[in-house]
Amino acid sequence: MSAIRVIEPGFQTTVQDLGRFGYAHLGVSASGAADAFALRAGNLLVGNTENAPALEMTLVGGVFEFEDPAVVALTGSDFGGSIPLWTAVGLQAGSTLRCGPCRSGARCYLAVQGGIHTPKVLGSASTHLLTGLGGRPLREGDRLDIGAQSIRRPRTHSAPPPEQTGPLRVTAGPQADWFRDELYEEAYEITEASNRMGLRLRGPAIPSPPGHMLTEGVSLGAVQVPPDGQPIILFVEHQTTGGYPKPANVISADFSRLGQLRPRDPVRFERVTMEQALDLLRRQEEWLYSLL
Amino acid sequence: MDIRPASDRSLLVSFGSEISLEAHRRVLHLLAGLERRPAGLLNLHPAFASVLIDFDPRRLSHVQVEALVRERMAAAPLQPQASPRAIDIPVRYGGDAGPDLAEVARHTGLAPERVIELHASAGYLVYFLGFAPGFPYLGGMPAELATPRLPAPRKHVPAGSVAIGGSQTGIYSVDSPGGWRIIGRTYLRLFNPESTPPALLSAGDRVHFIPQRDS
Repeated sequence: MSAIRVIEPGFQTTVQDLGRFGYAHLGVSASGAADAFALRAGNLLVGNTENAPALEMTLVGGVFEFEDPAVVALTGSDFGGSIPLWTAVGLQAGSTLRCGPCRSGARCYLAVQGGIHTPKVLGSASTHLLTGLGGRPLREGDRLDIGAQSIRRPRTHSAPPPEQTGPLRVTAGPQADWFRDELYEEAYEITEASNRMGLRLRGPAIPSPPGHMLTEGVSLGAVQVPPDGQPIILFVEHQTTGGYPKPANVISADFSRLGQLRPRDPVRFERVTMEQALDLLRRQEEWLYSLL
Repeated sequence: MDIRPASDRSLLVSFGSEISLEAHRRVLHLLAGLERRPAGLLNLHPAFASVLIDFDPRRLSHVQVEALVRERMAAAPLQPQASPRAIDIPVRYGGDAGPDLAEVARHTGLAPERVIELHASAGYLVYFLGFAPGFPYLGGMPAELATPRLPAPRKHVPAGSVAIGGSQTGIYSVDSPGGWRIIGRTYLRLFNPESTPPALLSAGDRVHFIPQRDS
């Protein structure tokens, strides 16, 4: 089996797919790629199914050596990679692919034709850092097998996706009517305490509503307001249940932007209707399937 | 029953805003009703009186999922009279296994032996698993045992730790940070991804703690 050798692991590089679904009732959150859109695009570019395991690099990328010829793609943010982003590239046996510190955004994905072959845990290859489900961050000297499955020919010409800017779009959360409009009035900042479990924001404190809140299930992208009034956006490794009220939930079409936020990035929120949210998602999906 | 979108890909089904056996029974009813999941239904997050349903918005709509919930809730529960599972959890109380037993005794004004006796004589209901893989939300702890959480959480609490946090008791199911007072430890694994099912407990189970002697 062909393999990748990890020469430098980078700051925090993990194997990810689209997540571990069907176990939330046992307390297991889905995990999966922080920027699932970039992971799916990378897989489609190299000819994989969109859920194939790939490498997620965070803030500082790694250096990887390919023992045999391989077809790879880098997607997501620009980590100064030795190959161009958003296109499939053929590598010769013995090639080294280098990435470095991020130049924009927080995450870059390395997809490999055939997928990264690691044992699945509860149906997914995704690494859940907090619990260790599915593995651990890569270390120098790790050897990763490349799988044999790919379904199409790679795409070597593609344009990057349309850039997403402006406020994060949200729909109403389950306790939206407990809050006034504080969340939408000021800018917040991503703090250093943010990770795959949650993006912690800093900004004007949102007054705690008086309502009595029973612990309930929470969804990806939920904006929750703990007693200190500093909002937390629940991210891919979030706990399955929580007891803080939630005025809003980031829309699916903006999940990929959450995965690219860095500490000190400014964040604003904007309300959209459910119809607008689904329409934005539809347009994002259309771009993705133009890679097929 | 209140049904509302929680996001563009989830629906929150609530059965009131209080912890009650009736709400719990309806949570179990809906979980059982959705055990056979249509394509696109991704995850169920039960809690004390609600179930959050995650779905793939490319395959299902809020309207379709709501209709499914109403249909399955209208159907009779699958096993209305099934008796709950009773599970004994052996626990070594105090010592290295329960470093906070003395503090719980001090706070409650009870002798450590009495804390153990009260904790182990009660019957507990698993309302649901949540928070972390395999972690049970238990109801039924005697009110006398209530003890506030630690002022600052420990960075590392070993899996199997039996602890008290406020008026609740629980069992840490995986190694994790935690702020509850640790009074004992069980050798049982509450979560093992190689087991089927991976969690030892499930919503609706009855649990007893059985004190173990040091050996």
